[in-house]
Amino acid sequence: MDLLLIKEGFPLLTFLILLPLAGGLVLLFCQGEAFARMWTLIITGLTALVSISLLTGFNTGSAKYQFAEAYDWIPRFHINYIVGVDGISILLVILTTFLMPFCVLASWKYIKTRVTAFMFCLLIMETSMIGVFVALDFVLFYVFWEFMLIPMYLLIAVWGGPRKAYASIKFFLYTLAGSVLLLVAIIALYLKSGSFFIPAMMWQEYSLTFQVLVFLAFFLAFAIKVPMFPFHTWLPAAHVEAPTAGSVILASVLLKMGTYGLLRFCLPITPDATMLLATPILWLSIAGILYGGFTALAQQDMKKLIAYSSVGHMGFVTLGIFVLNSRGLEGALLQMINHGVTTGALFLCVGMIYERTHSRELALATGLGKYMPWFVTFLAVFSLSSFGFPGTNSFIGEFLILAGTFEHNTILALAAIPGAVLAAAYMLRMLQKIVWGGTANPDQSYLSDLTIREIVVLAPFLFFVFWIGLGPQPFIDLMHTSVSQLLAQLHTWQQHHQIAVVLWP
Amino acid sequence: MVILPELVLLTGALAFFMVSLGKTPDRNVVKSIALFFGSATFIATCLSFQSQATLFYGVYAIDAYSQMFKVLIGFSLVLLLIAGQNLKGIDDSVRPEYYLFLLLSVLGLMMLVSSVELLTIFISLELSSFALYLLVPMRDDRTGCRVQMEAGIKYILFGVMATGFMLYGMSYLFGLTGTTYLKDIIIFLAKGHLQPAIVVAVVMVLGGFFYKLAVFPMHFWVPDIYQGASNETTAFIATIPKFGAVALLIRFLTLPTGQSPFLIELLVVIAVCSMFYGNLSALVQKDIKRMLGFSGIAHGGFVILGLVTLKGEGFGLAIYYIAGYVLMNLACFLVISNVSKAGENLQVEDFNGLHQRQPVLAFILTVGLFALAGIPPFVGFMAKFMVLASALRADHLLVVCLAAINTAIAIYYYLSVVKAVYTSNPGERPLVTVSPTIQAAGVLLVVVIILMGALPARFIDFAGTVVQTIL
Repeated sequence: MDLLLIKEGFPLLTFLILLPLAGGLVLLFCQGEAFARMWTLIITGLTALVSISLLTGFNTGSAKYQFAEAYDWIPRFHINYIVGVDGISILLVILTTFLMPFCVLASWKYIKTRVTAFMFCLLIMETSMIGVFVALDFVLFYVFWEFMLIPMYLLIAVWGGPRKAYASIKFFLYTLAGSVLLLVAIIALYLKSGSFFIPAMMWQEYSLTFQVLVFLAFFLAFAIKVPMFPFHTWLPAAHVEAPTAGSVILASVLLKMGTYGLLRFCLPITPDATMLLATPILWLSIAGILYGGFTALAQQDMKKLIAYSSVGHMGFVTLGIFVLNSRGLEGALLQMINHGVTTGALFLCVGMIYERTHSRELALATGLGKYMPWFVTFLAVFSLSSFGFPGTNSFIGEFLILAGTFEHNTILALAAIPGAVLAAAYMLRMLQKIVWGGTANPDQSYLSDLTIREIVVLAPFLFFVFWIGLGPQPFIDLMHTSVSQLLAQLHTWQQHHQIAVVLWP
Repeated sequence: MVILPELVLLTGALAFFMVSLGKTPDRNVVKSIALFFGSATFIATCLSFQSQATLFYGVYAIDAYSQMFKVLIGFSLVLLLIAGQNLKGIDDSVRPEYYLFLLLSVLGLMMLVSSVELLTIFISLELSSFALYLLVPMRDDRTGCRVQMEAGIKYILFGVMATGFMLYGMSYLFGLTGTTYLKDIIIFLAKGHLQPAIVVAVVMVLGGFFYKLAVFPMHFWVPDIYQGASNETTAFIATIPKFGAVALLIRFLTLPTGQSPFLIELLVVIAVCSMFYGNLSALVQKDIKRMLGFSGIAHGGFVILGLVTLKGEGFGLAIYYIAGYVLMNLACFLVISNVSKAGENLQVEDFNGLHQRQPVLAFILTVGLFALAGIPPFVGFMAKFMVLASALRADHLLVVCLAAINTAIAIYYYLSVVKAVYTSNPGERPLVTVSPTIQAAGVLLVVVIILMGALPARFIDFAGTVVQTIL
């Protein structure tokens, strides 16, 4: 247990997990829509505030798991309640806690029916999302990972669009089918290592066959969640039908769980298999980038467009992870945050149009610039950020990833470049249509510009777009020690085990 | 007072016998008597929980093992009686008889878990089964084509066949060992008087309990009986008798046959076949009770998977699994019995928009179904996870993978009900009103389902230790 920096005194992480849950339980007993909105805003805001103390107390010089807590849960099976954060997970936790208040605000007017139940779902969703990122026991992780499907399913199925039944079932089936073999892999790892403690499973001498099988089980679960290229088909459906808050959570946090899983589990637990299978996965990422870009270019539905752009962006993230060098990994982690900020904001923007026009059709939202100047200003910045314009956050992330890719393999990097161009093409196309449109714009004069509430929702996203874009060093500092420790261990491992490398020259 | 629960049940049955002789009383009176005896039984099981005794020349053992099952049976009985208190599908005139046979059947099960001698086992099992056979055709004849009679006949024919197998196996056991006492049989076999015929005998006896548990290949009765019996009767068939089946399966699997590799292989095949048969058939069902019937076959497969290790730990997990399964099923049937307007069968689309018609029931049903599907943090997940872990520890990798894949198959049909509840338009379907007690019972079930799933350590430890006492 020397990997853990046990937190004495106040159990901060447990508090972060339980606070939204407790808030949700209160909602079960108190009806009343106004109260539910206010209460959820207070709870999520409080969670966000408390999570700041994670940042202030975090020791960036240590690669250990900090704020750790360990309690017995099911001693007979060596299952414990162990939580902790390190440089890989801390930003994702913060992203989650900070995103939730804005999801609540974004649903303030959008959700008109069954408000209490909606807020209840949001709160237990937050509990399980934080739980996934901080869990250091594999069973605990799996419990949060699977449980999350229920509130997310309900968010889409109850408050979703016209094809909600189809989209929600597809989402549930895909994700669940992906993770059943993960469960088998977890048990197999437990039988080899004797505990469910995740760090204890890392860097162990497993046979190559075992590693490959475990890796494939991991990969299936996480690749569906990311989603990587051939497994992405649930994403556009789910995004399009989900309510705004659901889309934001889905894009900003849920997709990150897949890449977080790849980074947290695949690399350290099955290093040989990772090196063996990295090349095909890299090419799948390229396929995702290009496929996502081309498909996004053809969309008429704004949410679908952004959903396919997510496929492309997440392709960059997996690309960064599997080039297995420090630039790539840090870029990937940063890009996970960037994508959370930018795509979340874009979905919020689309949600704001939808609240006014009741349509997500691009053709019906043309020529807004004249009537909604504030709105298009925000939209323009987020669109620029989305295709990695210099000065915005995604530029840093994509730049690092591409730099890492060039270091790894030039052909691969050259293959990824068109993705960046495509991103500019589909984003500018959308922006052009929304701001100016053409001669046949529908009458938009009835539209009102953003309200104060909506500006409050979007402004922090804008702030982070520029902060990460202009001064990313504090963010990179947070993750640097953990990432370099991971890579150092990987390289030591590699030197001892040359077998894998020989097979894929 | 070591057999207090049995005595309470017997008194209850006799009371209903007396009631049934006179003029049919008001339905509320009948209901109250039933609830009184149900609660009294549960209290009695709790009171006699610590008892230890061997009665009737050693054929009847009161030990930690039997008392644990009795508490589980008593608890489920109370919830079952509360959930199905309206008995919508049963005519007023036969309700006293209905409760008479229901209590007799439970009595049979209580005796079954205490029986440690072949003839006692047989008598208890028949007491429980024949009472149950009679409950099925007691449904009122709403369709005019007497499906409940058909179901009753099928049930009894299949049941008698299974009993025949079991008796034949018992006769082998007696013939080979010269005794009907389980503990003497164990001693005799442990001395090394092993013959292949022992395996034949044990497998035949197990067959009788496979029938009760409804696993492949003794599952053929399930769909028709589930559909033909009234909702409340099906709720009973689908839940409490499974305790007896698992209790006795464990007792017989502890017999040293000398051929455990063969037994393990057999159990593995049964488990896998049950899961695939149950889940694949459930996918296409429209009738909710048929669907739950097939899902029960699949869950039976998981219970068998817990037994394949033939070790105390696996047996403990099987008990945990079946306890969880019964609770989840009770939650579902509580909703089914109360959504059904006049006791008719429900199709999946009859649940359309239930969350608008009755949000509490919708919530209970959703929890029950997600738990059956094995989503954390409910008991269904923990039980499934533990069973898979113990099977993988015993090196059944392929089976564990197949079982995991089955989880993914199963989610579809559970979700299709949840989908109906939450996303479909209720249309013309009326609001559903339920009494607060039923809602409270449902919420209690939900709480227990979550607690048993989130904090399973004590139950699993307890079940594991108790099983060790009979090994």
